[in-house]
Amino acid sequence: MAVASSDTAIRTGRVTRTFLYLVLLLFALFYMLPLYVMLVNSVKPLSEITGGGMMSLPQTWTVEPWTKAWNTAQIGVESTGLAPYFWNSIKMVVPAVAISTILGALNGYVLTKWRFKYDTILFGLMLFACFIPFQMVLIPMATVLGKLGLAGTTTGLVLVHVVYGIGFSTLYFRNYYAAFPTELVRAAQIDGAGFFQIFWRILLPSSGPITVVCVIWQFTNIWNDFLFGASFAAGNAQPMTVALNNLVQSSTGVKEYNVHFAGAILAALPTLLVYIVAGRYFVRGLMAGSVKG
Amino acid sequence: MGFLDIDNATKSYGAVEVLHKVDISVEEGEFLVLVGPSGCGKSTLLNMIAGLEEITSGEIRIKDAVMNGVHPSKRNIAMVFQSYALYPNMSVGQNITFGLEMHGTPKDDREKALADVSKLLQIEQLLDRKPGQLSGGQRQRVAMGRALVRNPDVFLFDEPLSNLDAKLRVDMRTEIKKLHQKLGTTIVYVTHDQIEALTLSTRIAVMNGGYVQQLGTPKEIYDNPANLFVATFMGSPSMNLLDVKVRANGNAIFADTTNGAGEKVSLTFTNPSETLKSYDGTTITLGIRPEAITDPEGADHRSTHVEKVENTVTVTEPAGSDTFVTTTFGGKDCIARMRADTEAKAGQRVPFAINMEKAVAFDPKSEARIG
Ligand SMILES: Nc1ncnc2c1ncn2[C@@H]1O[C@H](COP(=O)(O)OP(=O)(O)OP(=O)(O)O)[C@@H](O)[C@H]1O
Ligand SMILES: [Mg+2]
Repeated sequence: MAVASSDTAIRTGRVTRTFLYLVLLLFALFYMLPLYVMLVNSVKPLSEITGGGMMSLPQTWTVEPWTKAWNTAQIGVESTGLAPYFWNSIKMVVPAVAISTILGALNGYVLTKWRFKYDTILFGLMLFACFIPFQMVLIPMATVLGKLGLAGTTTGLVLVHVVYGIGFSTLYFRNYYAAFPTELVRAAQIDGAGFFQIFWRILLPSSGPITVVCVIWQFTNIWNDFLFGASFAAGNAQPMTVALNNLVQSSTGVKEYNVHFAGAILAALPTLLVYIVAGRYFVRGLMAGSVKG
Repeated sequence: MGFLDIDNATKSYGAVEVLHKVDISVEEGEFLVLVGPSGCGKSTLLNMIAGLEEITSGEIRIKDAVMNGVHPSKRNIAMVFQSYALYPNMSVGQNITFGLEMHGTPKDDREKALADVSKLLQIEQLLDRKPGQLSGGQRQRVAMGRALVRNPDVFLFDEPLSNLDAKLRVDMRTEIKKLHQKLGTTIVYVTHDQIEALTLSTRIAVMNGGYVQQLGTPKEIYDNPANLFVATFMGSPSMNLLDVKVRANGNAIFADTTNGAGEKVSLTFTNPSETLKSYDGTTITLGIRPEAITDPEGADHRSTHVEKVENTVTVTEPAGSDTFVTTTFGGKDCIARMRADTEAKAGQRVPFAINMEKAVAFDPKSEARIG
């Protein structure tokens, strides 16, 4: 994809170029504005916000809203801060992402390299799972979780997210492995490698980009999920998103906007981190199927 | 009972039969080439020997053991794929020894086998590289190394040279032949290149439409093709096919046609068979290879029967070592292979020497050889 010359086919004049960059800068600023508002207001005392200075930089800088949001803020009825709920989310998201990604990779492997009768129909059905609206499964899912004895637990939430995630992760890996040369699998078969050895030694080492895509996708979706968290997790098993909502909705006392802003940033931080660390691979992975080499 | 027996093997995908009762017996140390046009079922047959495709009916045996249903890794075969199929994440050394590792060979033995094979193929300096850092020819060697290291009973090659450029292809072809002569292994080799088939093989199976058209040594296939398909598929430029009328006169049988000027030409058959006599008065297809039509000075002196015919040259194509001269018989183009310095020019009338010993007759309807 490297282009040897920086010359573009149609020469863009300097004026047009400056104009283009200006417009882009404007858009960028516009998109960054909410983040700016959140950041500045999370480090000022409440009085400065209620005084009407939403857009201005803080006169007195303070980290108190952050520590409060994390440690002592009132969430529902208890003043625990967001910390325990953050760990709830971690305990939910890590296994859910790991399991759905691994199962998706295995499904993709079987659906492309161990074809069987009706495999395309099966894949179609799994794809269908991607398009079922969340609301539709709430009640049946609640019944199933109840029967399994997982109602209100983090394990239950993991199960829900894994079930919902498999559709997408299978789609990703199936399409990626469809372009993976079948001759390699055949060569490995002749070499004597078994089902899992082929997967582990031949396919997985070449699956870096798509794994990153899948992990980012699952992580953001599961971390940001509110509906399942609110529906299936009881009190102290609730994930971060639900806790944030409870923090903001707390009716006692004055609304502490600075604490809310700090809490919201805390809730968004992990996904942000994942993007910053793995974002490059995300773009690369998305392109992997279409552009070769 | 051969070393590798393919016994009435059939392959169907659903209702479609793509291989019809293939029957081939390969002796130990033979180099069998499966050749034929695209889609004729060569790869399918090879994959059936490898165990990568199921056998619909019939039997495949290696060293008298029935292979139907046996896992590819337990057949003691090795395969070289068209794309080489090198594992991209492993180094060359790991690629070569992966099969041994999977079969539980101890590390010391693996190292030793790797050293031997890489010396044989002269790839010692490449062992730490990844396949992506190799040239086409080097990948080809590594793929062969991976096959050789297991010391299998049968080597299977599926168009191993078709991804190489013309020059390298000829070099690797010679190398494969040398390797076969040195190691004396049994090889089944798929190609659609008839030159590769003729140069490499000890025997050739010419396939078309899922049928084995003819099985024989390169010389048999080339000199005595069983039918029109084999005759035209093998050889380049391909065999000239002329429409001639059979005329019996006592014991002699003539093939009557006309030259470019419309004059009558009668060619006499060498040792005509009784069957040919029964075609008296009908039109048949006469096949003569370009190298059997030459200038009189270049005619094969050992041949007992060369006919001289004058004809008009339509085109000459100098090809370095030879000049291909086109003329017409019975209105059909006919290519002669003359010496490089022949003086024949387009439009001239020159003598052609036809080696009738090499002429073969075909029934135009059944396309089978008239024997
Ligand atoms: N999975 C399949 N399902 C249905 N038909 C198939 C399948 N695989 C191969 N065929 C058919 O079987 C026939 C033989 O295919 P095969 O790959 O053996 O051809 P080939 O001789 O190797 O050709 P080429 O020189 O192009 O590689 C073809 O007509 C092909 O369409
Ligand atoms: Mg093929």
